Amino acid sequence: MSTVILLLFTGLGLGALYFLVAAGLSLIYGLMGVLNFAHGAFLTLGAFTGWEIARRAGSDNWGIFLVSLLIGAAAGAAFAAFTEFVLIRRLYQRHIEQVLVTLGLSLATVALFDGIWGTDPVFIQGPAWFKDTTDILGARVPNDRFVCILAAVVVLLALVFFLKKTRYGMIIRAGVENRSMVTALGIDVRKAFTLVFTIGGAAAGLGGVLASHYFGYVSPMLGGSLLIFAFIVTVIGGLGSLTGAAIAAVAVAVLQQFANFYLGGTGDFVVVLALGVVLLVRPTGLLGRTA
Amino acid sequence: MTTTGSNTETTTGGDAGTPAGTGAVRRSRRQGSTHDDGAPTTGTPGTGPGRGSRRVTGRRIAGWAAGLAGVLLLVLLPLLNLSLPGILPGPSYTPGSLQLLAMSMLMAAAALTYHLLLGVAGLLSFGHALYFGAGVYGLAIILKNLEIPLLPAMGLTLLIVIVLAHVVGSISLRVGGIPFAMVTLAFAQAGSVIVGRNPDGRTGGDEGLTLRTDNLPEALVGVVNTRNLYWLALAVLVVVFVIVAWVQSSRAGHTAAAVRENELRVRVLGLQPYLVKLLIFVVSAMLVGVIGMVFLLLQSGAVPRAISSDLTITLLVMVVLGGVGSRWGAVIGGVFYTILDQRLTALANSEAVKGLPDILRVPLSEPLFILGTLFILVVLFLPGGIAGTAERLAQRRRGRAGSGTTETPREILKDAA
Repeated sequence: MSTVILLLFTGLGLGALYFLVAAGLSLIYGLMGVLNFAHGAFLTLGAFTGWEIARRAGSDNWGIFLVSLLIGAAAGAAFAAFTEFVLIRRLYQRHIEQVLVTLGLSLATVALFDGIWGTDPVFIQGPAWFKDTTDILGARVPNDRFVCILAAVVVLLALVFFLKKTRYGMIIRAGVENRSMVTALGIDVRKAFTLVFTIGGAAAGLGGVLASHYFGYVSPMLGGSLLIFAFIVTVIGGLGSLTGAAIAAVAVAVLQQFANFYLGGTGDFVVVLALGVVLLVRPTGLLGRTA
Repeated sequence: MTTTGSNTETTTGGDAGTPAGTGAVRRSRRQGSTHDDGAPTTGTPGTGPGRGSRRVTGRRIAGWAAGLAGVLLLVLLPLLNLSLPGILPGPSYTPGSLQLLAMSMLMAAAALTYHLLLGVAGLLSFGHALYFGAGVYGLAIILKNLEIPLLPAMGLTLLIVIVLAHVVGSISLRVGGIPFAMVTLAFAQAGSVIVGRNPDGRTGGDEGLTLRTDNLPEALVGVVNTRNLYWLALAVLVVVFVIVAWVQSSRAGHTAAAVRENELRVRVLGLQPYLVKLLIFVVSAMLVGVIGMVFLLLQSGAVPRAISSDLTITLLVMVVLGGVGSRWGAVIGGVFYTILDQRLTALANSEAVKGLPDILRVPLSEPLFILGTLFILVVLFLPGGIAGTAERLAQRRRGRAGSGTTETPREILKDAA
């Protein structure tokens, strides 16, 4: 029983990370049709920024941890806004070229991070509480899982509030639904593009700082390895659906953890298998619109 | 350069007095009008479209002849003593140079198979490395564990690749466009993860596998025989080029191109887009699987990079750099990328770069940073890549506005989305 609880919480923590990456990917794809390969780079930049802050200002401190979360998210957001403004905007409506540009960007930035911080993983320390465990029904769950889950829930609620209650959120939702109609109504949908990219980048940057604490290290490959699972999550959840991304993130991560433990380390394989099954049964994903 | 070209032509044509610019414009308009009037009004064979098609056929023959001459030169290269400082590490007969050239030809061939997917069928796959890696690892594992000669082992590996391509292709082709890209990426990632996990110590994990040479023919083993491997790689490139050209001009190739343009219309015509796409997918996977096997022989080992998504991305970059939709573009892109990558790595390790201040040293010591940036610039500013730009320059010199019949890379990419 305690193993099940431990796996469940580890899976939820990982699912929280997947969600933080997949939320931005899904919104960006839903609104703009861009498959953003540079999203992993946003995450890695956030993670390295958080690590630099922890290294310089001292790691065992809640205040500094919160600051590193904020600045990591800001770094991701700034990088994402820059990407949208300088690269994506020029290729408006040319989806494959947009993919290619983000792909080139991810190649170049990963190489640049390699050059700046080295290819080896750098290890990171958080507040001492992270390494402690909490006893839940006999399972000793590491505390950093709870931080990840809490952050993802906060981000999910904030995004839902933003999308449902604010004017820009409504423009974005309308844009996902029918972009040409929004444009025809005289709303500059391109502002929404930059906004969505910035939000996605902020979530990814936040996810980067959290991922570095979850895994205990930062490396230039961190973003890329999470990005692939985030792609799977977005496809399973249905492209463009935030709720779908949240459900799929949890399902995929928990499934992965359980398969890793009970089926001899086959977690990644089982996830891809699940993707295949979902595509065979529901090609649009769990909550995707029918194309 | 183009201005000089048109200037000389106008001078010989007798418009010596006019400035070069107007001459070129007038000439292009004149030529355009013959095309416009010729075809519909007179309709006689040989004036409008007939002459054009004959000219195209002539150009095509000239293209193949030039290719043949190039192949002949490449066949003779290991016997010659040519030095290309800055491009090749040594004279052309040395194993180092032959190895680099063989590698670039294999990569060019792999880029050609990717061209079949993206340029012909409009399928943006991020999982092409799976079949390359299946060729590499399949052959390595079979040679290691079974006592069979090379050719049957290759046949067995090919069978595995074909089955794998059918399974993955039939699932991932249920979606199109960007979702297809994500799904193929996921499958390739699963393959890469399996290789990394090293089940039963069969794949060697991060270390990779060394090629067991017991059952290989003598002529393909060892540094002394690099030139045989070079010829093998050249043969693979030529055969792949011919097969890709043949597939492209076959009924299936035309249908695939039509599916890329307008899938609904093809379906209305009673054809089956799904099967055609699957066919192209499997053929492309087969070819790249064979290339992977030769890659294993050339590298005398299997490395995890051969099955990673990085390899797919490299192929994609090659095709886009060379020019989407152009066979020659894929070849040029593959060779250009491989040699540039090798040279940039050499540059990164050179003393000149090591001595630079950090802000210059860090970017210059990362070949992928330079290649990635170059790639972004090509996508932004040179749609059509190397081949497309060369074609445009040639057309401008000939003074024609556009070829009209061939699709531009930008349109192909738009269709693929």
